[in-house]
Amino acid sequence: MFSARRRIRERDRAARAAQRGLAGAVVDAAELSDAEAILDIQGLKTTFHSDEGTVHAVDDIDLVVRRGRTTCIVGESGSGKSATARSILQVVDNPGLIEDGRILFRADPEGPVRDLAALRSKGDAIRSVRGREIGIIFQEPMSALSPVHTIGNQISEVLELHSDLGPAQIRERVIDELNNVGIPRPDERIDAFTFQLSGGMRQRAMIAMALIARPALLIADEPTTALDVTTQAQILDLLGELKVELSMTMIFITHDLGVVAEIADDVVVMRHGKVVETGPVDQIFHDPQHDYTKELLASLPQRSAPLGEPEAPEATPAVGDAVPDGGRPGSVDVVEVVSDPRETVRHEHPQARPLLRIRDLRMEFDAVSGTMFGRRRKEKIVAVNGVDLDIAEGETLGLVGESGCGKTTLGRCVMRAYDPTGGELLYDDGSGAVDLAGLSQKQLLPYRRQVRMVFQDPYGSLNPRMTVRQVIGEPLRVAGLARGSELDDRVETMLERVGLRSSMASRYPHAFSGGERQRIGIARALITSPKLVIADEAVSALDVSVRTQILELLADLQDELGLTYLFISHDLSVVERICDRVAVMYYGNLVEEGPAEQLFANPQHGYTRALLSAVPVADPRVRGTRERVVYRPDEGESEESAA
Amino acid sequence: MTSQTQLPVADPESDDPTGTETTDRLDTETGRSRTEVTSAPQWKLIWWRFRRHRLAMIGMVILVILYVVALFAGFFAPFNTTSYSGQHAYQPPQIPHFSFSEGFYVHPTTGATDPETLAPVFTEDTSQMVHLGFFVEGDPYRLLGLVDANVHLFGPEDPGQRWYALGADRGGGDLLSKIIYGSQISLSIGLVGVAISLLLGLILGGISGYFGGTTDTVIQRIIELFMSIPTLPLWLGLAAAVPPQWGPMQTYLMITVILSLVGWTSLARVIRGRLLQTRGEDYVLAAKLDGVPTGRIISRHMLPSFASHIIATVSLAVPAMILSETSLSFLGLGLRAPAVSWGVLLQNAQSVNVVATAPWLLLPGLAVVLAVVAFNFVGDGLRDSADPYGKRS
Repeated sequence: MFSARRRIRERDRAARAAQRGLAGAVVDAAELSDAEAILDIQGLKTTFHSDEGTVHAVDDIDLVVRRGRTTCIVGESGSGKSATARSILQVVDNPGLIEDGRILFRADPEGPVRDLAALRSKGDAIRSVRGREIGIIFQEPMSALSPVHTIGNQISEVLELHSDLGPAQIRERVIDELNNVGIPRPDERIDAFTFQLSGGMRQRAMIAMALIARPALLIADEPTTALDVTTQAQILDLLGELKVELSMTMIFITHDLGVVAEIADDVVVMRHGKVVETGPVDQIFHDPQHDYTKELLASLPQRSAPLGEPEAPEATPAVGDAVPDGGRPGSVDVVEVVSDPRETVRHEHPQARPLLRIRDLRMEFDAVSGTMFGRRRKEKIVAVNGVDLDIAEGETLGLVGESGCGKTTLGRCVMRAYDPTGGELLYDDGSGAVDLAGLSQKQLLPYRRQVRMVFQDPYGSLNPRMTVRQVIGEPLRVAGLARGSELDDRVETMLERVGLRSSMASRYPHAFSGGERQRIGIARALITSPKLVIADEAVSALDVSVRTQILELLADLQDELGLTYLFISHDLSVVERICDRVAVMYYGNLVEEGPAEQLFANPQHGYTRALLSAVPVADPRVRGTRERVVYRPDEGESEESAA
Repeated sequence: MTSQTQLPVADPESDDPTGTETTDRLDTETGRSRTEVTSAPQWKLIWWRFRRHRLAMIGMVILVILYVVALFAGFFAPFNTTSYSGQHAYQPPQIPHFSFSEGFYVHPTTGATDPETLAPVFTEDTSQMVHLGFFVEGDPYRLLGLVDANVHLFGPEDPGQRWYALGADRGGGDLLSKIIYGSQISLSIGLVGVAISLLLGLILGGISGYFGGTTDTVIQRIIELFMSIPTLPLWLGLAAAVPPQWGPMQTYLMITVILSLVGWTSLARVIRGRLLQTRGEDYVLAAKLDGVPTGRIISRHMLPSFASHIIATVSLAVPAMILSETSLSFLGLGLRAPAVSWGVLLQNAQSVNVVATAPWLLLPGLAVVLAVVAFNFVGDGLRDSADPYGKRS
């Protein structure tokens, strides 16, 4: 451990070295392409050299970030948006390398212009810029924050490195900053460890860390992607407020156009490491020039009015109106809002014959808690708390909720991947109801072919050591239903049905892209001619344009084969687009259930309203017109689980 | 795996059902056709990747040479391990001369003891020559234990004459021949020992990892118990229990068993860890939901996915075995002469005095280093190729 005096000496040395380094990188201010620019990237090239070849992650891009504005970099995965952000601070992942280009940065409006790309990536000069002049927030706060230090420790370190404050002053500043980012009881939370905070709180701590040295520029790299919609909405609000308060400039990287519409001033659209279009947010959304931008916008599942029609904000339907704004909007008949999480609002019962009736389904997990040496006490976590739900034949039922609400558990209970603790799963394919929950694994085998599942992760759900033919044919083979050429024929027919070529059957999953893999996953689910398909976040891991194709495929297959879907998703826009009926879950409880249009137009449960109001709408003109509803269930029962 | 790498890997954005984009890199890189790449099984991909790992390829070539030489030791060694010439004790290495009229030759030497220093002195008789040649007849041996033969790759044309390419030991035996014969034991003990360890590791680690719970706890505590015993005293204790009157073959088998009894623990842990990790994969759940029976899930779905890692771990465990055998024999507790292994040969180099006068007796140590380093390179290469997302320097 360094003594305090040595640390100060080391810091002063680093500061002098940094000064020298920065002085060497000064560029004439006239070289900026925009006088107002805080950051001007010129011809940046970042390349990853790996055994598999060279990837041009950032391929000769020019980008100007103007002072005081929020610039959103948007693009699909692999478009080079993160690599661009990381190049600015020279923290590109191994084996990435900045090959060419200039990154002109002017921290102070009147100050000198410096070329960050000219600094050594491990030198003192770039270190003095990181954290102090440019702050960065990462996507996953759990891995970006150290698990073995308190958040106070980690935030203090920034100040120790970049300021002369003493320990007591630093602590005061940190508490102050935690307060600013909206962490309640900051004087206690400063000594909390990362794992003791919820996802949203962690991201707030991360923001506090990035902002404590008051950087002129904040880079936020997908800061809300790992968060739930309601938390995302809070974080976006917070960032917006802080930006104004601290008069910062922000670069915001995201793949979500809804978020862009919420917060951006300027938008940069990237694809394949190149900038395809830049412009003010309104122009990008309402008058896109490049084909790719148009394509992106078109593939966007819309939560509100169709795009392209330049309409006045006040005319925006549904979401804005349904918010109980003190008074009741005239058009919609708003009934008393239910706020008890244990109560289920049912709009009406489905008329069609139910294929699956879920009755009072309960699923509890044992959680072992206690210290390493202390007495262990067993706690029960109630993941599904007495859910009643009917799925009618031929319909698509959407199950929505935030992470940890029990929607996946419910799906897996229906699949009998978990053994439910209580309740009934009455499956009726026309030949009488069978309680799936009561069957043994062996008795269940015929039903395993009727109820199938499509997984979320197209990479993890296909065995990398089996060919596509083996993967898809496996259920038939183990059931002894087909073998040899008959099996091959059926697999190939199924491949063609999901839009792949039959000649692909002998390939291994590594040869396919994410969307294609998901098609394979769908083919595996459908090979046994099932009645009910449970799609657990089946499109969440896909880029928007691919997502649209997969959703269309699912809809086509439903028409063709008369399938019934239980569509589990956290993404309301996807659910609204394809579901006939929607059920909303909140901490193990089913809070609202009904036909999609009715539920979205007229949500009656407090949580549903909060959820709907938090979904970003991909139209910058709607920004600020919607009111955010916050759902806090009555104190008591659910407090523990909500913490 | 912990870092949030935003490496722009395959471009999932291109969803055209031809699947071309993703494979572009591999085909340009390996010069293979697209269909070959897309339908290549995992081991082939690993092999392609492995082939670009230069150090590992060098290690692989060295290993192949070492094992071929060990397999056909009688052919490659100029002499038998039992033939010696008392007057050539501590004969330094003789480098063959070459002339177009005479071919390869060395001058015969006569040994004498220096009366003052008592060090052996060898004088070359330059008037005579020992002619050397390829495929000469010499000491008889059995090839692969099956075929009687007496042809040697390179050696004196007259079977009665001596030539010491790497010098002679205390008894006047040819060190090169002994190193070559010694490799048979030293290199095979690693493989056999690891095979036994792997068997134990697969069974116990597999049970531990798949069933979990109490079974797992018990097996893990046993493993910890084994690991907590210092290895050297454990070897010494077990090796001392081998009766001295046992023949070399029995001792050899006993030593392998001892080494693998100590060595299986780490392999069992690796296998358990892999199983635990794989058990949580979506494709295993998918197989379960497909109605696949448990046995088939383990053997067909889970095992292949980590087989390559196990091979890599095994290839890194072999050198440890070789080193263990060498150290045991060096300490006189493993194999004993007349059995020949690198460790036994190194026993000759135990005193500083000998090392000072006959430094070539350390050459078996060089052979150990060569084999161990080659195995490590190959193991590293395999591990890197089996794990495409691992960080490579």
